Amino acid sequence: MHYESTERKPLILGDKSYHQITEDVVRPIETAAPRAWWVAFSIALVMFLWGVGSLAYTVATGIGVWGLNKTVGWAWDITNFVWWVGIGHAGTLISAVLLLFRQRWRMAINRSAEAMTIFSVIQAGLFPLFHMGRVWLAYWVFPIPNQYGSLWVNFNSPLLWDVFAISTYLTVSVVFWYVGLIPDFAMVRDRAINPVQKHIYKILSFGWGGKAKAWQRFEEVSLVLAGLATPLVLSVHTIVSMDFATSVIPGWHTTIFPPYFVAGAIFSGFAMVQTLLLIVRKVFKMEDYITIQHIEMMNIVIMVTGSIVGVAYITELFIAWYSGVEYEQYAFLNRATGPYWWAYWSMMTCNVFSPQLMWSKKLRTNLVFTFMISIVVNIGMWFERFVIIVTSLHRDYLPSSWSMFSPSFVEVGIFVGTIGFFFTLFLLYARTFPVIAQAELKTILKTSGEVQKKLHNDHGAQH
Amino acid sequence: MAHSTESVPLVRAMYHDDDVLISAVKQIRAAGFKISEVYTPFPVHGLDKAMGLKESRIAVAAFMYGLFGLTVAVTLTWYMMVSDWPQNIGGKPNINWAMNMPAFVPILFEMTVFFAAHLMVWTYLVINGLYPGADAKNPDPRTTDDYFMVELPAAEGLIEALQKSGAVEIAEA
Repeated sequence: MHYESTERKPLILGDKSYHQITEDVVRPIETAAPRAWWVAFSIALVMFLWGVGSLAYTVATGIGVWGLNKTVGWAWDITNFVWWVGIGHAGTLISAVLLLFRQRWRMAINRSAEAMTIFSVIQAGLFPLFHMGRVWLAYWVFPIPNQYGSLWVNFNSPLLWDVFAISTYLTVSVVFWYVGLIPDFAMVRDRAINPVQKHIYKILSFGWGGKAKAWQRFEEVSLVLAGLATPLVLSVHTIVSMDFATSVIPGWHTTIFPPYFVAGAIFSGFAMVQTLLLIVRKVFKMEDYITIQHIEMMNIVIMVTGSIVGVAYITELFIAWYSGVEYEQYAFLNRATGPYWWAYWSMMTCNVFSPQLMWSKKLRTNLVFTFMISIVVNIGMWFERFVIIVTSLHRDYLPSSWSMFSPSFVEVGIFVGTIGFFFTLFLLYARTFPVIAQAELKTILKTSGEVQKKLHNDHGAQH
Repeated sequence: MAHSTESVPLVRAMYHDDDVLISAVKQIRAAGFKISEVYTPFPVHGLDKAMGLKESRIAVAAFMYGLFGLTVAVTLTWYMMVSDWPQNIGGKPNINWAMNMPAFVPILFEMTVFFAAHLMVWTYLVINGLYPGADAKNPDPRTTDDYFMVELPAAEGLIEALQKSGAVEIAEA
């Protein structure tokens, strides 16, 4: 009754039982943290605190402490905002889109990918929030009655669409993640010996008991949430791209932006998932669950989305020339050959050239190479946003107002701080949460476990 | 009969395999016994059908919540942009809602998803009795690891039927 084609490689390696999966998933929670964890956590915490300091300085003094000027009003902060939101796309893509497509390999990685989504969207949100300047008035973005004769928010503005898109995305991702976590927290609770730990996981698991009716609803809720999250994830970066595309700035005012941004987001998100999971599988000895095959699948996604991004870059160049609009043509000429040429060519090398190496099976199944490419892709995607934002702004219609942008130490501090905050959250998550959706994984053990598959095939061959 | 189940002692049978569980559930029901609950560590496919559970209607609820969210978004955008304080933004006056609707599509979509997802999850938590700090609903902690428990009211010949169905442990609660 559990059958899967012999063509498909096993997704769970080694001789595992249901109990063994439980043991393997719960091990990082029940054992003391390895030394490497403490080292990484300390570094992340120091970076985070530096970011807190930089933010405090910004709020106390005003955003004049950043490197912005009257020509370049959006730069480092919005670059970081788009970069972090983009990274956040892989989690929902893995858990929702791959669920709808019935891709079983998602089960070993969806929990961590969703955690990454939530943590990176938190980082993303910080940038527009503090860019507002008077952060204590940030609630003005919500449509709430006020004392100015109820002057409402502008629902025609993409910036407001962004507020709705990002907050919907963040909160829906959190509930999607948590619905899946409840049964796994219950597993940790039922094993806990330490009374404090037991109590904490009792609170977190909401009293889950694994009743048949509850599981039936669980599966339906997961499916409907996946159906809702799929268009949602595509809408978020579409709307982010509209922040640019609806303006009249050459280099921004293009209809290709929504699909181009979404592909770039998936591209960078998968790269970040690779970076994190390659470490997680090694440190927590999860190689049997997050196999080379999983890594290879993700590399293929990186290769495909990287190629889409490459095609988008070339299309942009072609359309700029074909449009016959002088300003549009100059914007792109300036990107490639102007004072920020190094940013443009870094972007091209990292995003267009490097993922093409994944055509080689040898390279895309090589862990060290994959790790390096995953970092390169994220550097490249950071440069992409920097190129789009800064090079389009710094030479506007009036040559007398042309200027350059370079970040102040405060802006750099905030960016480093968000990286620290992200890793602080992720490291805490990795030690206290079941990093693999073990209940879901157990459902595919009989069909996709290495030993189970072999037994079935041998047995089948006798008939 | 339902009101008398409290006084009837429960029998709890443990199974160690999901395939055995499914066939056991079918056997026990075919023999005329009533199953009151099954606890499993993961969603066992086909168990709901074997137990004769009705299909969940939570997706229908989600659809309704989505429609409600859409209605809220339409009302919100209409009231704020057209009725209460219409403005001419970028040469596009907010004369009526229908003409401005394309600019509101992102908001309409996001609020539909927001309401559908959140209200559905709240519903899910409430109907399953899940809330922070609730007591564990499974009587045996092993059922979140690798054991499967069938709980049913005691009856004549039940123990024998359970033994025959492949139960590894049978206990009367």
